[in-house]
Order: sequence, then structure tokens, then C-alpha cells
Amino acid sequence: MATAFARNRWYVAAYGSEIGREPLGRTILGEPIVLYRTESDGRVVALADRCVHRRFPLSASRLDGDRIVCGYHGFTYDTAGTCVFVPGQQRIPRTARVAAYPAVELDSFVWVWIGDPALADEKLIPRAPHLADPDMVTVCGMEPIDGDYGLLVDNLMDLSHETYLHGGYIGTPEVAETPIATEVDEDAGIVRVSRHMLDAECPPFYARSTGIQGRITRLQDIEYFAPCLYLLHSRIMPVGQDAPVFRTEITYAITPSAPGKVYDFWAVSRDFATDDDEVTAFLRDFNHQVVMQDVKALNLLQRALDSEPAGYQELSINIDTGGLAARRILAKLAAA
Amino acid sequence: MTGPSSGATNRIDWQPGTDLLHGTCHCGAQHTADDPVEMWTWLLSHPEGHPSEASDD
Repeated sequence: MATAFARNRWYVAAYGSEIGREPLGRTILGEPIVLYRTESDGRVVALADRCVHRRFPLSASRLDGDRIVCGYHGFTYDTAGTCVFVPGQQRIPRTARVAAYPAVELDSFVWVWIGDPALADEKLIPRAPHLADPDMVTVCGMEPIDGDYGLLVDNLMDLSHETYLHGGYIGTPEVAETPIATEVDEDAGIVRVSRHMLDAECPPFYARSTGIQGRITRLQDIEYFAPCLYLLHSRIMPVGQDAPVFRTEITYAITPSAPGKVYDFWAVSRDFATDDDEVTAFLRDFNHQVVMQDVKALNLLQRALDSEPAGYQELSINIDTGGLAARRILAKLAAA
Repeated sequence: MTGPSSGATNRIDWQPGTDLLHGTCHCGAQHTADDPVEMWTWLLSHPEGHPSEASDD
């Protein structure tokens, strides 16, 4: 069962660091988009990634100043998507333009709006300020998944899977054993799930990055700003102690690419050992392995679901309380 | 939990040491159940209101 897209929302298309003077192609909500940075003022431009002439991908084309020149026949577009040059003739057809999408660079991400441009209010963009916080160090990446974006939302809203899918990495028995509290802000479309483990095994992810030898108090507080931004506020401290507190912010941007495809943007930000390059390299590599465990599992799950007859049944239990809330909010946003 | 709130907040607490869920509706009504699907159905019964037999505590 495919999760419907909520079009009138902001979605992460890329990290700002990915966008430069080489056009980048991404597909968001089924719309092919080309992204590039202007020469004049460095802002990000997002245009439909198909030349109006013969549909050649503009992402496989070249820039001329702030304009993009189709790599097939030279149709040239300005930053608003208006065609300003066609080959061999003076008259530019009135319909020669490509869609320009509102794009905003914020908190290291490039957010785009695919729906009605008149509704694209920047104040609706959910914030992840830690990504650009100079007092924190962030490692990040992006992996495409061949799965419905709802599967990734489900995965992230129920962290009990850490115990089984990510055992030996970030999962310990206490994650699956500890009851959760779930709060839904209905009007704002925010789901919050808290799991507070007061006396837990320290998984390798935290043992090797913090140096803690013994057991820990592990606080997991999720905030999901449907549909795109997921924050896991993680706090670790030696069990029975109030300090030191090791703060880690785990960020996901969940961007539906097309039906059955999603971009999994992930980032891990920390406020400890910020000048330790070994810890940085370890967290980048280790978290990438964790993400790839999810990618492999969700690719497999989607293939399994695709082979199911229509109308298959699921079974939900207490651990799914947050995931069920997220599904309902996504359905509400898509229907709006 | 932190962050902005519009005020219309529904909450479900999984009661430690049990399999029970305790729901608190934004209207103040409370309910206990052992199935999250049933609990969300109960919490979201506005504007009609919660079934009287389900408001058991």
C-alpha cells in the first residue's frame, strides 16, 4: 500500500554542500528537478529537469553564468525557468519555459516546494539548527532506498528495531524492552516519541565515541515534523550520574523521490570530542553501516510487500504507537 | 518533550511494567487499552466525542 504524497510541504532536495556550479539532478515527489548555484549571488536555483523542446535532462547540461543551457540543442533558461534563447531563430515560443520551484537554503539543507508556489511559506520549514551549529560536529550522507517513504517513517518512529536490526551497533536489549510515551500535536503535524532508559548497556556507537566503559542512562526523544524532518535528540550519561551529558542529535530528512522510492538523508551531530578526528571518522563510518542495514532491510521489505496480494493485513502492537500516529498525519497532509 | 505546540495534543503512555496504554485526549478525557489502533481510534473520535462506555477512567 503506497503512502500518498503531501505536495504542499517543504522537502529536502540536497545538502547545500552538494550544490555548486555543476547541475545536480534529483527527483522529488515524482518531479525531476535540476539544482544549481548562481554565479552572481550564490543562491540555489531549482528548475524542472526536462528541456521543454525534446525533454532532455537539464541536469546533464551546462551553466552559462546564471543560466542553464540544454546540452542537446542549446535552449537556454534563466533562473525563473523562462527560455531566453532558442537555436537558429529569433522568435522564442511563448510556451518555452520550465517550472521553477521555490528553494530555500536553511540549516545546511536545501528545501524545495513542489506544490502550489503561492502556498510556499518559508516559515513552514521545520528547523534543525544543530546542523549548522559551530559548537557541534556533524557527519552526514544520503542513501536512496527502493521503498515507499512510509516504510522509512515507520522504521524511524519505532526504534525498538535497533535491538534486532542494529544489534552490536546502536541496539541493546533495553531499547526494545523500554516502554515509550507518544505525543501528537494534531494541528502542527508533529509526533513526539520518548524512550528513557535509566540503566542500559552502552552500545559500541556510544562506547567508542564517548569512552564510557560501563552502563549508561540513555534518553531518546524523537520529534517528527511530518512529512520530511525527523530529529532524534539523544542524551547519554554514565548511569547514576547527572554529568557529563553527551549530546547527539540524529537527523533524518525523508524525501519521497517517486512512488516506491525515497531519499534517506542522515546526519549525526555531537557536542563532545569535537576536535577528535578519529571519533568523527568512526561515527561517519559506523552510522553509514547502520543506515545501510536499514537500506538493505527496507529494500527487501518493499520487494516482499510488492509480491503480496492486495489488501494484506498487518499487526500493530505497543511499539507501533508513534508509527501509527505518523501514518495518520501523513494521510491527513496528503488529503489536504 | 520539547518543541512547539498548538495546544491540541493527544498523548499515549505505555505504562511501565504492563502491556497497557494510557491515553489522554486534548479534551482531558482518559482511556486505557492494550491496543494502539483501538487507542488512536478512541483519541480521534472528536468532534463526535468519545464513546461513553470507553471513557473508563
